[in-house]
Amino acid sequence: MIEYRIHGRGGQGSVAAAYLLATTAFHAGQMCQAFPSFGAERRGAPVTAFVRTDEKPIRLRAQVRAPHYLIIQDGTLLQDAGITAGLRPGGGMIVNTTLPSEEIAERFGCRALSVRATEMAVEAIGRPIPNTALLAAFLSATGLFPIDSLNAALRDRFTGDMLERNIGLVDQAAKTVERDIWKEPANA
Amino acid sequence: MLKALEGSQAIARAVALCRPDVVAAYPITPQTHIVENLSRLVADGEMHTEFVSVESEFSAASVVLGAAAAGSRAYTATASQGVLLMAEVLFNIAGMRIPLVMTVANRAVSAPLSIWNDHSDSMAVRDSGWIQLHAADNQEAVDTTIQAFRIAQETELPVMVCMDGFILTHTLEPIELPAQSAVDGWLPPYQFSRKLDPGDPKSLGTLVAPDFFAEVRHSHHAAMIKALDVIEEIDREWHAFTGRRCGGLLEVTGDPDAKIGILAMGSTFGTIETGMEHAGPDTGSARLLKLRAYRPFPAEALRKAAEGLDHLIVIDRAISPGMGGIVGTEVAAVLADVPGAPRIHNHALGLGGRDIPETIYADLMATISDPDAPAFSVFDADPEKLDPEDR
Repeated sequence: MIEYRIHGRGGQGSVAAAYLLATTAFHAGQMCQAFPSFGAERRGAPVTAFVRTDEKPIRLRAQVRAPHYLIIQDGTLLQDAGITAGLRPGGGMIVNTTLPSEEIAERFGCRALSVRATEMAVEAIGRPIPNTALLAAFLSATGLFPIDSLNAALRDRFTGDMLERNIGLVDQAAKTVERDIWKEPANA
Repeated sequence: MLKALEGSQAIARAVALCRPDVVAAYPITPQTHIVENLSRLVADGEMHTEFVSVESEFSAASVVLGAAAAGSRAYTATASQGVLLMAEVLFNIAGMRIPLVMTVANRAVSAPLSIWNDHSDSMAVRDSGWIQLHAADNQEAVDTTIQAFRIAQETELPVMVCMDGFILTHTLEPIELPAQSAVDGWLPPYQFSRKLDPGDPKSLGTLVAPDFFAEVRHSHHAAMIKALDVIEEIDREWHAFTGRRCGGLLEVTGDPDAKIGILAMGSTFGTIETGMEHAGPDTGSARLLKLRAYRPFPAEALRKAAEGLDHLIVIDRAISPGMGGIVGTEVAAVLADVPGAPRIHNHALGLGGRDIPETIYADLMATISDPDAPAFSVFDADPEKLDPEDR
């Protein structure tokens, strides 16, 4: 089982990101589970969402405490104490930020990838929703599931022009990180 | 076909498959996505239902009461304060023995305000006379929803399908939805023997003087007891039809030879199962009891499931202040006159959305050998956060 924790702010599509990642795994033939943890349900408030993917059905309903991967939708959340809490040794974090990857890696003592996801999203879909770009970069780096599975998950959610723009964004964002750079799995 | 769906969305689709004539609901977290999705299905023309947007849960329950009494298949959903605002009507629905289906997206009850999960809401109307079935995962919630329309019709009793708020309603996971044609073949058109009909006038829910009230309650109780067989039989039929079952009244898994049992209701069950799978050899294995039918209470099934156990840990996701656990108290009552019955260890867990980690399994098992462990506790309460005198 691989466990993921997504951090974002209300309105940034963090729950959507969790659902998209789980649906991507599902399209790749895996079992999946994704759910949010709400505090205040308002725009701007920190939101956490959890994802699990596995070969076998997932029965556990607890929040993810020891994620293999962190997906951070908003760089300002890096200032939150405990943002990397429980991250497994050898795990990685992918962050929507303009800071360089090395700086984040050094600060948190873990593998880190920075992606300019907001910038790419504004350009491609006209809205500052970083989830699609972040997930594309994440899949490209980890090789966990095929990019085509993400596109299939997007097809479940969007149609028409918005679908085309998102698929274009996937293609663009996937190229911004070195492919399979995190291919070896995080320490289970 | 298996699809990755959010629990609420799957419930809305399952309800749509049952072709209700009338849906009336008022949105409340964490039930909102269910009725939003239903409203969308109606607006998109995918569901041919009279969707009544009401101004409160009291009205929602009243509308579906009237609709079902007048011969329409009707559905509503709510949670928490919504259940409480409906309470008067829920007793009326049950007392008039109206076949209805309602989803409760289980949530704590104020005060203090909590939007998160526990079972306080459905427990508050435990004695209303509704059938209450609890789902352990979203597949069970979907299957139980469809089964509930059959159960309601065959028993002429209302059925509450309880699913843990957020933990199930907001979780996306692979879920199998049956085909429309399959549900059409399995679920007969709605019928209600005492349907209001101008051609054959009758009254429902009239004044009953002391010379008949006791008999009304006696019959209601008898109807609930009879419903035990119906609930079990319909789950069996569903299994024959789809290959899936939800555990009938009470499902027993885990180690059949274990001397320690753990009973849980709802989504906690999967976490307990996983905890047992991953626990170290020192922890030992347990017999796991998944209570699906809470009302009517499956006393006979419980006695059988508890045979040979020395200890039975009962998890409550609600509390009766001044008494303790609710399910735990009932389990103890049912087993009280059984020779060699297990000792009951009752713990409330996950109140107001407190996360239940998989380590809970080992923690609960450890209490059995602890001579100081109380017979009841709010197990995951943090003593550090309590007034010293409350610890």
